[in-house]
Amino acid sequence: MAQLERPLSPFMHYRWQYTNTLSILHRLTGVFMSLGLMLLVYWLVAAATGIEAYDAALNLFSMAVVKVALFLWMLSFYYHFFNGIRHLCWDIGWGFERSVARKSGWLVFISAIVLSILTWMCLSLRIYASANGGLV
Amino acid sequence: MSLQSPLSKVLGLGAAKEGASHWWSQRVSAVALMLLAPWFLLSLIALGDVSYASITLWIASPVHSVLLSLLVVTLSYHAQLGLHVVIEDYVAHKGTRMVLLLIINFALLLLAVMAVFSILRMALSVPAIQIQMGTN
Repeated sequence: MAQLERPLSPFMHYRWQYTNTLSILHRLTGVFMSLGLMLLVYWLVAAATGIEAYDAALNLFSMAVVKVALFLWMLSFYYHFFNGIRHLCWDIGWGFERSVARKSGWLVFISAIVLSILTWMCLSLRIYASANGGLV
Repeated sequence: MSLQSPLSKVLGLGAAKEGASHWWSQRVSAVALMLLAPWFLLSLIALGDVSYASITLWIASPVHSVLLSLLVVTLSYHAQLGLHVVIEDYVAHKGTRMVLLLIINFALLLLAVMAVFSILRMALSVPAIQIQMGTN
């Protein structure tokens, strides 16, 4: 019996390109940030438990591995934030043209990286200064 | 001849039944987070001090505790909606899918309640006079 030529689902034969990279990154950063929510809640619970629990939380946050994770969460937040605005614009019908979508994609990508670095520097400078008697 | 009832013709939902409520809730919570998340980041930078004393005093202020509670509840809700779609899209096995959906629903509700309870505990245990002195 001859094999039927069945139609394939689009994802089986579409070329990998920037559109689906940005789209899957939105989901990946969202899932990753859901894990980060546990750390935010842990921080709040520690603060409500008492000074010892809070200091233990601060110690955890100052570990190098956790700091790297925190930076990745910051990067994910800004990416998801800006790409989310991009999606909301599409929802009201703005920016569907190919050239505009390409530009807004780049804008999201670059602003996420720039703002993550800026926020990180700002936060660590301020926190460092307050812990060392106000250098700034 | 169409077999659709006049009501289903007007509703225009086809076989979807629930319409777009899930999609819409995702957007509404996204818009709320567009306001709440930058508020939290900017506040942390402005506060610039993550010591136990200043964080608990900051959270205890009525405006901050309400906005922070709204932030964690909206974050959990938005994460629940997003993770739900991701699990439905990528987990093909029915049993695994149901177990995963139960886990994320329980976990996110637990996180939201723990966070709100912790915030309330801090807000209600710091005397108003101390908040006034701290914010002035």
